[in-house]
Amino acid sequence: MSLVSALYVGLFYFATVFLVVGLVLRIKTYAQTPAPLKIPTMPAPRTETGVALRMFREVAFFESLFRSNKWIWLFGILFHFGMLLVLLRHLRYFTEPVWFWVNWVQPFGKYAAFAMLAGLLGLWARRFLVARIRYISTPSDHLMLALLVGIAMSGIGMSFLVHTDIISVKAFFLGMLHFSPQSLPTDPLLLVHLGLVATLMIIFPISKLLHAPGVFFSPTRNQTDSSREQRHIADWAKELEAGER
Amino acid sequence: MADFDVPELKEYLEVPEPRENVTNHLAPFTAKPDHQTDLGFPAELVDNWKEVAIDKMGDLLGKYRSLRVFLDTCVHCGACTDKCHYYLGTTDANNMPVARQELLRKVYRRYFTFAGKYFPKLVGATDLTEEVLDDWYSYFHQCSQCRRCSVFCPYGIDTAEISMAAREIMDEVGKGQKYCNEIIAKVYKIGNNLGLPQPALADTLEGLEEDIEDETGVKVRLPLDEKGADILLITPSADFFAEPHVDGLMGYAKVFHEAGVSWTLSSEASEAANFGMFIGSYDNMRKLALRIRKAALDLGVKRIIFGECGHAWRVAYSFLNTLAGPFDFLDQKYPIPQHICEFTYDLLNENKLRMNKAENDHMTLTFHDSCNVARGAGMGGFEGGQFVIPRAVIKASCNNYYDMDDDTIHDATFCCGGGGGLLTDDLMEIRVKGAMPRMQALKQVTEEHGVTNLAAICAICKSQFAKTLPYFGFSMDQIVSVHQLVSNAIVLKGSEQEAELDGTADENGEAETA
Ligand code: SF4
Ligand code: SF4
Repeated sequence: MSLVSALYVGLFYFATVFLVVGLVLRIKTYAQTPAPLKIPTMPAPRTETGVALRMFREVAFFESLFRSNKWIWLFGILFHFGMLLVLLRHLRYFTEPVWFWVNWVQPFGKYAAFAMLAGLLGLWARRFLVARIRYISTPSDHLMLALLVGIAMSGIGMSFLVHTDIISVKAFFLGMLHFSPQSLPTDPLLLVHLGLVATLMIIFPISKLLHAPGVFFSPTRNQTDSSREQRHIADWAKELEAGER
Repeated sequence: MADFDVPELKEYLEVPEPRENVTNHLAPFTAKPDHQTDLGFPAELVDNWKEVAIDKMGDLLGKYRSLRVFLDTCVHCGACTDKCHYYLGTTDANNMPVARQELLRKVYRRYFTFAGKYFPKLVGATDLTEEVLDDWYSYFHQCSQCRRCSVFCPYGIDTAEISMAAREIMDEVGKGQKYCNEIIAKVYKIGNNLGLPQPALADTLEGLEEDIEDETGVKVRLPLDEKGADILLITPSADFFAEPHVDGLMGYAKVFHEAGVSWTLSSEASEAANFGMFIGSYDNMRKLALRIRKAALDLGVKRIIFGECGHAWRVAYSFLNTLAGPFDFLDQKYPIPQHICEFTYDLLNENKLRMNKAENDHMTLTFHDSCNVARGAGMGGFEGGQFVIPRAVIKASCNNYYDMDDDTIHDATFCCGGGGGLLTDDLMEIRVKGAMPRMQALKQVTEEHGVTNLAAICAICKSQFAKTLPYFGFSMDQIVSVHQLVSNAIVLKGSEQEAELDGTADENGEAETA
């Protein structure tokens, strides 16, 4: 195996472990931190089912964002749903045999990359063109968009311009999955693409990309409006009470 | 009238370009040493304030999931940037909700995150310095914790939670705000925000009874500290003396009278407001809430009803059970606690109140949804009840009603500009500027529908509008209580008004009271 292949094997194992462990730890922190008061943004659903529906609308349709800003919503939807289709399509590099529905997604997934790119460019343009958003942008916001744009463009390049040896790429990833590493084709576009993806995986659990798990833990969105019916008290608050009454 | 520029009311609300440090100088007076120590905070800025602040932040991060998640998840999308009335009114960049959060977040990143520890410049992380602390003091007191931003954020990030945490950290290092802390201490010592002692209260209530009798010919009671009454009414102390609040109080009294229920106020808990929420202090919020529990137990009541006060209702509806519950000693047939609007609404639905809407014909009304009710609390036990019920009560009391623009009512309502502990003269400039978006919407319905008056169910909104309306060419008496409208329209049994309506009054127009 070439040095490059060995490096990428190492990189992807590291990135995967970092991503998974990082996310698990973060989610654990969120889950274990008490929410001492009921603070749903009203009007809030009065039942658990209602909360699940509210969360679903938030995650699937970006409901609140739609209310606030149609441009951000449009670019956000293009990017996220483009990326979702692209990711689903990529499952074919990790499964053997390929699940039937992944084959269905395949043709859409290929073109979804353009939607993803368009969304990203739209979001990035706002960071330059709208003074308010320019003001709140940090270097890392730009870098993250650059990273994602790089991933999308190198991917599109491989799908439509300079095809890479897909069969070997799949062998490489299946090899990694079975802990028997194979070599990776070494065309530059692929190496750039994979390098950026691994970088993204590594920054995921230590950056604002935590919004992905975070949204599910947002008390303003995931709490029921039942504070008059049920007492809602955190353990640390119970301690305040002990011995007082 | 003012030594600052009053924002001009345009036809439509315009989103300004952000400018830096326009309102940085607008900081409230700091708490005096005894205001601080009364609440268990250090008297003045402690020497090792940086460490204390970082420790406190760590403590809060472990106690509040909201803070932890909100500090992590913001993606700087900017959807909230044009949603805050203080930003719209001042154009100060730090009044964009995300920028306000960032004042705390950049310190959080620096001390609590990997990226901020090792790549501070990249992610916008900074050390906690005196300058940062001063920015916190200014801008976290330019947030009325109205939560409008949380409605529009894709993750529900609630800047109010962040402001509360920041204020708690500042109190903890000895940099408290005078207005809030002084008031909380007053409640502990005397029982209410205004420092009205029991005899003054009794006196006022007696005066109001006389006023009602003069006006209606009916003896309507406003009882204080009456053991064994069914209902304990908890209301903001502004209701005891300020205009238009006091007209609302007379309204509640008339409603209770017509319903034939026994009720009482308590001099021990003569304050519905809970400023503990504004300073983010669970301890103080809880102590304030426990007074209400104690008053209910001492008086042996069966129900608790809250008067018109926005954040009091949020604390009551959302937190009272948690802070001071369980309320198993009360009658479980009724919501605990109940809002006066719910009470009146039920009576109206049961046709138990006779209303003469024509009494309010000199007004054309609109309703200002108060933030803490609209976005922080419910009413009526159904989703959105807090929007429906007050409007139903108003419409039952008057003939002319129009809503303001859809984008400015219900959960998208604009803050009055004086909530969250900002209702103090030293912050007049920010209050006036923050009122602009609401005033703009009011102007619109004034021009389109001839609206003359704005009704509200929050003591802070009422006081704030009474002060700020004149800055925008309106007059201070254009703000009215919802129960003031009820009070005007309600036809008490055996009253002069009833006699007049039924044509049984004698020549002098005097009612034949039985
Ligand atoms: S809570 Fe209200 S005042 Fe505070 S930042 Fe959000 S919109 Fe502005
Ligand atoms: S809307 Fe929410 S995620 Fe977007 S910038 Fe504002 S606080 Fe951050």
